[in-house]
Amino acid sequence: MDLAERLLKGEKRAAARLITKVENNEKDALEALSQIYPHTGKAWVIGITGPPGAGKSTLTDKLVKRLRKDDKKVGIIAVDPTSPFTGGSILGDRIRMSDLNTDPGVFIRSMGTRGYLGGLSKATQGAVKILDAYGLDYIFIETVGVGQSEVDIVKATDTVLMVMVPGLGDDIQAIKAGIMEIGDVFAINKADREGADRTKTEIEMMLDFNHKDWRPPVTKIVAIKNEGIEELVGQLNKHKEYLEVDDKLIERRTKNSELEILELTQQSLMDRVLNSDEKREEIRDYAEKVANREVDPYTVSNEIVGKILAKNS
Amino acid sequence: MDRPIRVLVGKPGLDGHDRGAKVIARALRDAGMEVIYTGLRLTPDQIVQAAIQEDVDVVALSILSGAHNHLLPKVVELLKVENIYDETLVICGGVIPEEDIPFLKEKGVAEVFTPGTPTGVTIDFIKQNLKRA
Repeated sequence: MDLAERLLKGEKRAAARLITKVENNEKDALEALSQIYPHTGKAWVIGITGPPGAGKSTLTDKLVKRLRKDDKKVGIIAVDPTSPFTGGSILGDRIRMSDLNTDPGVFIRSMGTRGYLGGLSKATQGAVKILDAYGLDYIFIETVGVGQSEVDIVKATDTVLMVMVPGLGDDIQAIKAGIMEIGDVFAINKADREGADRTKTEIEMMLDFNHKDWRPPVTKIVAIKNEGIEELVGQLNKHKEYLEVDDKLIERRTKNSELEILELTQQSLMDRVLNSDEKREEIRDYAEKVANREVDPYTVSNEIVGKILAKNS
Repeated sequence: MDRPIRVLVGKPGLDGHDRGAKVIARALRDAGMEVIYTGLRLTPDQIVQAAIQEDVDVVALSILSGAHNHLLPKVVELLKVENIYDETLVICGGVIPEEDIPFLKEKGVAEVFTPGTPTGVTIDFIKQNLKRA
């Protein structure tokens, strides 16, 4: 029996090994992903994002424990940064979730970003599909601690939960473009600290300016003390219910699929036409001329694209 | 091998001293490995379940409590029950008396690194003894 079949039968090790293969870009991985695709789309995918140290892992742990009470099966994909210098990483999100290790209804996988900059790793979306086909009801994706512009999470999820903490800046931070625009549900963690009410007001004011059908709710929580978790789960479910009426869910997923296809195609084109030794050499030859101001980089890039198109037409 | 080596670093049992585990985690990171740091006070079962889900090449355990003769064979035994021992390298570090080392190796621990071992020695051992291609 191959890995995909074993996965569909609910074998944990098959799920784990398949994620490894996708991460390592092994050639049978894509085949397996195509094979399981018809069995995906059942899980509700929630992205958890926010600045480093906001309490994303602790909150994930509490949310998962709450959902386990309703007997929901849950997956967690936790992304931490890979060193751009050595390729190594410390994946430490499990530290806050050790009680969940032995729960047969929970699957936790840690991933390094491996050079990917949007808060996820290249293999994250593949891993979501694997856990979906494995038969989980909810999948949480915990991003790396984000700054202001790591918004990839929105492309991979049905609901984005933005975790904020008091004291990170003034109200201008709240109206800047970027991550503040992608939250469907907001949680202000560590709300027992000074400034929580002010942070809440600032976020509420920012959200009042949005003119979308869905007004993201803002909830104060103290994850470590399990305070506000019940309310937050209620908000997440409300967002789910909101998307499930009319065609809003399929609209969101269509938009995400469009971006996914675009990205996969770009990657594949890059690999096929640009990552050959021959092309690399050609580019290096040009680079010397560009550095010596014999030719400009804009003309060169146009020429390269022209040659590729001519060859393939 | 062009994929990163995945290593679970954890502390089974009840001692709360994780400085050594953190030093080795950092050294493995700098050697280009993906270190899944699982933290303190884990049961052998928690470690083995994490090893399955994370699909690691290496389980590296740090023990300073003196309970190594009990905990380490238990981890190996559970890895065997789960059918992943053949693919998983088990190593250990910490305050382990010399006379206990043969017993631990007989029980399936590949190597024991006692205090003072240069991190480079551990890194080389991992690279040369992986059970998976």
